[in-house]
Amino acid sequence: MIEGLLHNLPILPVALPLLAGAAMLMVSDTRRGLRAGLGLGATLAQLACAIALLALTSDRYGQGVWPGGTGVYLLGDWPAPFGIVLVVDRLAAVMLTLTAVLGLAALVYSLPRWERVGVHFHSLFQFLLMGLNGAFLTGDLFNLFVFFEVLLAASYGLLLHGSGMARVSAGLQYIAVNLVASFLLLISIALIYGVTGTLNLADLAVRAGTLADGDRRLFEAGAAILGVAFLVKAGAWPLNLWLVRGYGAAAPPVGAIFCIMTKVGIYALLRIGSLLLPSGAPAAFSLDWMYAAGLATLIFGGIGLLATQQLGQLAGYCVIVSAGTLLTALGMPGVTLTGPALFYLVSSVLATGALFMLVELIERTRTFGANVLAVTMDVFHLDDPTSPDRSDDVVGVAIPAAMAFLGLAFVSCALLVTGLPPLSGFVAKLSLLSAAVSAANDEVRHWDAWILVAAVLASGLAGIITFGRAGIRIFWSSDDRATPRLRWSEVGPVAALILLCVALSAGAGPVSAYLDAAAQSLDRPGAYIDAVMAAQPQRALGGS
Amino acid sequence: MELVYALAIGVLAGSGVWLLLRPRTFQFIIGLSLVSYAVNLFIFGMGRLTVGRPPVVDAAVPPDPAALADPLPQALVLTAIVIGFATTALFLVVLLASRGLTGTDHVDGREPRS
Repeated sequence: MIEGLLHNLPILPVALPLLAGAAMLMVSDTRRGLRAGLGLGATLAQLACAIALLALTSDRYGQGVWPGGTGVYLLGDWPAPFGIVLVVDRLAAVMLTLTAVLGLAALVYSLPRWERVGVHFHSLFQFLLMGLNGAFLTGDLFNLFVFFEVLLAASYGLLLHGSGMARVSAGLQYIAVNLVASFLLLISIALIYGVTGTLNLADLAVRAGTLADGDRRLFEAGAAILGVAFLVKAGAWPLNLWLVRGYGAAAPPVGAIFCIMTKVGIYALLRIGSLLLPSGAPAAFSLDWMYAAGLATLIFGGIGLLATQQLGQLAGYCVIVSAGTLLTALGMPGVTLTGPALFYLVSSVLATGALFMLVELIERTRTFGANVLAVTMDVFHLDDPTSPDRSDDVVGVAIPAAMAFLGLAFVSCALLVTGLPPLSGFVAKLSLLSAAVSAANDEVRHWDAWILVAAVLASGLAGIITFGRAGIRIFWSSDDRATPRLRWSEVGPVAALILLCVALSAGAGPVSAYLDAAAQSLDRPGAYIDAVMAAQPQRALGGS
Repeated sequence: MELVYALAIGVLAGSGVWLLLRPRTFQFIIGLSLVSYAVNLFIFGMGRLTVGRPPVVDAAVPPDPAALADPLPQALVLTAIVIGFATTALFLVVLLASRGLTGTDHVDGREPRS
């Protein structure tokens, strides 16, 4: 029983949300409690699976099960180059855990109010989680495209959740850009298959090295298109003009879970780039492109932060700055920056996720914002929690120190996003910058390292200015602000994400040791390739 | 056959991209359909163009790779068609919702000032 569960663990993060989401479609609309329970249960189970995978891929617990820290699961029990494989290594396990944590927080936040402003929120949410988990786990290029489409299709529905003119017109542009990016992905996958004859990532990494001259050029062209498609998903400039408007228009819990969607593009670039590195990485995944695109994104995000007046857009620009920092850091040569960059990824995803939900709580203190929301609320016959004539028995617990909490949470988010001490954002940025400075001392591209340091610091400064301005306007110089009634289920997820960041800075040693090990294993793709190619099916092939 | 096939893909993709860059949502969705035809033909073509070679192994005859077409691009193109069809249908719904809410079929949600 335990043995079987352990063996089938890698498929559970995909199968659980699929089954839960499908089961919810059959539950009638009136039984909200059952649906919410199913959603919470499925997300908790995914979190448990992700933590188990995290333990199994580490050196301490995983030696007996997966020797190299890389678990391979053969779907349909076909051996590696022919069937589709799921691969769990440290990086995938970290991303799975991050998805589950953020998903749980966003789901809890949506329960009192946001899940009710449209239909099928819980099903779409589970399908989004399924797409994310699958994209992190898969070891097959076309399967990666399919999981991208699953998560995008769910995200289209979630972005439009709640309807309204702003969401529909932002959604129109979001869907248009992503549909075209999907076609780019398809073209590149077809081209790569036509040249190499394989879709398995490990097999691809082996065969890419043996390509002859003309084939090699075609392969590089395919890889370049693939890289552009991933850069669109990652939100790199100039392909990210849809991002701020789309994320800002989405319902807050949806915006929170969208924070990890841009990281899927970065994950795919990192995974495929690291696998292709020994055979000479094609241009799109080589360091120059990623570095340049990341730097442009970082500068764009910094300018956007300074220019923005609305809190919703502020969170969107924080996502862009985070994507820019990651792409620039991963675009530096060598492995020294990858570990700190992964730490920054974890910290920034948690912080921006908390920020998206916090922004909505803060908006409630404004009387004007409440009016706009009331229109949507009215359409769906919902009660406005801030309205004074609301009866007290359905409000839940009113927190007397609501404004104090909002202020504290806002300051924590600002510290996390801009990278000021003492929270994990500081630890992440400090280790990133010190790695960059040490790279600057002994490597050829030392100017690039100094530019990276300058750009990251400048974007942090832009963030401080913007957050300071917004904080003063919201909390200090306001006369007509109403103290909102907050519920525990809305305060809880925001507080939990911020406390998790506090824990992350307290436990920075073990966490960054694990992430450094993940970065080291990315630098040695041979272990990944060997593990995939050596995986044997359980049953004998070709019998009878 | 290769030339005709390549020309067909080129014409479809070229007109599709031109339509994608137009400002009206209806033009966009027609462009999207044309590009998706081009992409699907391209995927199919990546299995090499052959005539009279089924992708199915006959159990009675010993399998000969030279007599068989590559079945994988055909499977891929089926998946791509299904996914492209579904997402285009979803986009159509959003297009209609946007038209109903804004009263215009411009992608910006408002008529440009002339």
